[in-house]
Amino acid sequence: MSLLNDLVNLNLCDVTEKVIAEYIWIGGSGMDMRSKARTLPGPESDSSKLPKWNYDGSSTEQATGDNSEVIIYPQAIFRDPFRRGRNMLVMCDAYTPIGDPIPTNKRFIADKIFSHPDVVAEEPWYGIEQEYTLFQKDTKWPLGWPVGGFPAPQGPYYCGVGSDKAFGRDIVDAHYKACLFAGINISGINGEVMPGQWEFQVGPVTGISSGDQVWMARYILERITEIAGAVLSFDPKPVLGDWNGAGAHTNYSTKSMRNDGGIEVINEAIEKLSKRHKEHIAAYGKGNERRLTGLHETADINTFSWGVANRGASVRVGRDTEKEGKGYFEDRRPSSNMDPYVVTSMIAETTILWKP
Amino acid sequence: MSLINDFIKFNLNETTRKSIAEYLWIGGSGMDLRSKARTLPEPVTDPAKLPLWNFDGSSTDQAPGDDSEVILLPQAIFRDPFRGGSNILVMCDTYTPAGDPIPTNKRFSADKIFNHPDVAAEEPWFGIEQEYTLLQKDTKWPLGWPVGGFPGPQGPYYCGVGADKSFGRDIVDAHYKACLYAGINISGINGEVMPAQWEFQVGPATGISAGDQLWVARYILERITEIAGVVLSFDPKPIPGDWNGAGAHTNYSTKSMRNDGGIDVIRKAIEKLGLRHEQHIAAYGEGNDRRLTGRHETADINSFSWGVANRGASIRVGRDTEKAGKGYFEDRRPASNMDPYVVTSMIAETTILWKP
Repeated sequence: MSLLNDLVNLNLCDVTEKVIAEYIWIGGSGMDMRSKARTLPGPESDSSKLPKWNYDGSSTEQATGDNSEVIIYPQAIFRDPFRRGRNMLVMCDAYTPIGDPIPTNKRFIADKIFSHPDVVAEEPWYGIEQEYTLFQKDTKWPLGWPVGGFPAPQGPYYCGVGSDKAFGRDIVDAHYKACLFAGINISGINGEVMPGQWEFQVGPVTGISSGDQVWMARYILERITEIAGAVLSFDPKPVLGDWNGAGAHTNYSTKSMRNDGGIEVINEAIEKLSKRHKEHIAAYGKGNERRLTGLHETADINTFSWGVANRGASVRVGRDTEKEGKGYFEDRRPSSNMDPYVVTSMIAETTILWKP
Repeated sequence: MSLINDFIKFNLNETTRKSIAEYLWIGGSGMDLRSKARTLPEPVTDPAKLPLWNFDGSSTDQAPGDDSEVILLPQAIFRDPFRGGSNILVMCDTYTPAGDPIPTNKRFSADKIFNHPDVAAEEPWFGIEQEYTLLQKDTKWPLGWPVGGFPGPQGPYYCGVGADKSFGRDIVDAHYKACLYAGINISGINGEVMPAQWEFQVGPATGISAGDQLWVARYILERITEIAGVVLSFDPKPIPGDWNGAGAHTNYSTKSMRNDGGIDVIRKAIEKLGLRHEQHIAAYGEGNDRRLTGRHETADINSFSWGVANRGASIRVGRDTEKAGKGYFEDRRPASNMDPYVVTSMIAETTILWKP
C-alpha cells in the first residue's frame, strides 16, 4: 500500500497555492461526526473568512428530503494532520437556510452563554478528560480481549505497560502527536483502569473553544482508529459487570477561583451545582445511569456529593487547590458521550449566571 | 499500519515548541511499572525543572479511593526512544500529599544511604546483569518453545545463534539501541542458558543512578515487548525442572576497591556481607528460594560462600581482580525481580557503613 500512502502524503505546496479544507459537523444523533472536503484557492487562518457550505441533511437525520439543505458555518480552524501542508480541518455548526440553528446545534446556545459579559469577565477555563474504549472491528469486543472471554480482572491496566496490559497504544500515541500538530491543546494521555480503555485530556481552554477542541480531537481519534482498523466507542458503560465505565470528567475554574480567596468561590459554585444536580445529570450524556452506580470510582447518579481527593464523589477538589486556597475543581459526572458544548456552558451558566 | 507509524514518529519540532514527557513510576506490587504522559510548553532537560504530578493511587494499590492522590517527583530524565525529538521519559518516585514517601517508594531510603558522606566519598559503582524471559502472549509458555512441550535440553542456547537456538533476538537488539538512544549506560547483551531467556547489563553507574537506569531499561523493554506482542517475565524461576532461573547479578566496587590494595577491601566487604546473609537474601527478590538451589549456577539460598571464578558461589571474584590486586566483585544472589534501589543501597550500606 506504499504507493497509495505516497499519494496521500503528497506535498502540494510547491505545485499549487490551493488548499483542501475538511468541513466537520455533528450529525443527527448528536454524537456522530460527519465531514467532507473542498478545495480553496489559497491558505486561510481566519474562520470568518471561510465560505459557508451546506450538506444533505436528509442523510444525517437533520432535515427532510424535500427541504434537505443544512448550512454549515465555519467556526474554528485546525491544521490537518492527515493531509498536512497548509490543508485544514474546519469545525462547523449547523443552521437552516434562513439562519436558525437546527435542533442538534448545541454550539449556538453555548456560544451565547460564553458571550454573556459576566461569563466573559470570569474567563472560564476547562480541562476535559475524555475516556474512550477501543473495540475489535468484527466482534465489537474490546481490543486485546480474548474473543468469547475476559482478560484478568482490573488492577494491572491503569497506566500499565506490556503486551498483556496495554492494548492499542499505537492509536493513542498517534492521536497525541496528530492533535499537537493540529493545534489542539492536548495536555496528556494515559491508559485507563479497564483494559482497552484510554484517556486523553484537552485543556486548559477558554470558553467555547473547549468544545471545539474536544470535538475536533474526537474527530481526529476516529480518523486514526479508521486507519488502524479498530472501532471507537464513547459508550459510558461498554462492558457490564466489574469493569469501569468511561467518563468525561470536566475540570473547571474561573478567574475568581484562580485568584486569592478562590476556594470560597469554589465552595459557592459547588453548592449551586448541588442545587441543580438533576438538570445537569439530564444533560451529561445518555446512558450515564449504567455508569454512575457508586462503584468503580463513580458517585451514585441520584446523589450529589463532593470531597477533596475523593474519586467516589460527584465533584472532586484537588489537594493542591485545597492547600493553596485557590484553583479549580473536577465535575466527575459527565459521561464519555457528553456534548462538551452543553456541559461546559451549563457549568458556566449555573455557577456564574444562575441565582438559586 | 504505516500511516499510524508515520504519526507515532512525527517530528513536531517544525510545528511547535511543545514536548511530551512520559512520567514513569513503580506501582503497588513493587514490580509493576506504570506511566502516563503530559505536554510541556517546551523541552526540559533538568528534572528539577519538571513539574510535580500526581496519579490515582487507588488504581495501583497505593492509596484508598477517598484519599487517592499520590504525588510523583521527577528524579531522572532520559530521551524517549519511542517518540523521538525532544520528548522525554521521566523516572519518578512517589509521595503522599504531605510529602512522605509512600511504603513502596524504595528510592527514598536508597537515596539517603547514597548521600551519606562516607558512601559518597567511596563513589560506589554498580553493574547489574538483568536476566529475563520472553513468553508467548496467549499461552504464557516461553517464546519459541513448542506449545504443550519442551525444546531440547540446555546446552546450545547460551550466546547461541540460529532459528532453533535463539528466540526473540529482534526484541533484544531493538532494546539495546533504544536504551543507548535514551542515554542509559547499557553495556552489553547476551542470550542465556535457558532458551528464550536473555540478559542485558547496565553499568557501571554510580550510586542511585544505577537503580534509575535499570528501572527505565526495564520500562523500555516492556514497551518493546508490548510492540512485539510478547510477554515479559522477571520471574526468578519461570520453568521448574532442569532449566536455569533468572537472576540480577550485581557487580560492585568502591573507590578503595578500585585502588591499589583494593583486594583487601574487597575481602573485608565480602566478610561483612557474609555476616548479613539472611538480611540480604530477604531483600533480594520474591521467590528466590525457587531459584537459589545450589544447582544451575547458583549457590544454595541458606549458605553464604565466595570464590574466584566460581559461579556456584554466592559471591564471585573475577580472575582479573585477583591478578591485579584490585577491582570489583559480583554478588550473584539477587533475583531477576529484585528492586535495584534496595539491592544497590543495601550492598553499599553493609560494606561501607555497617559495623559488625
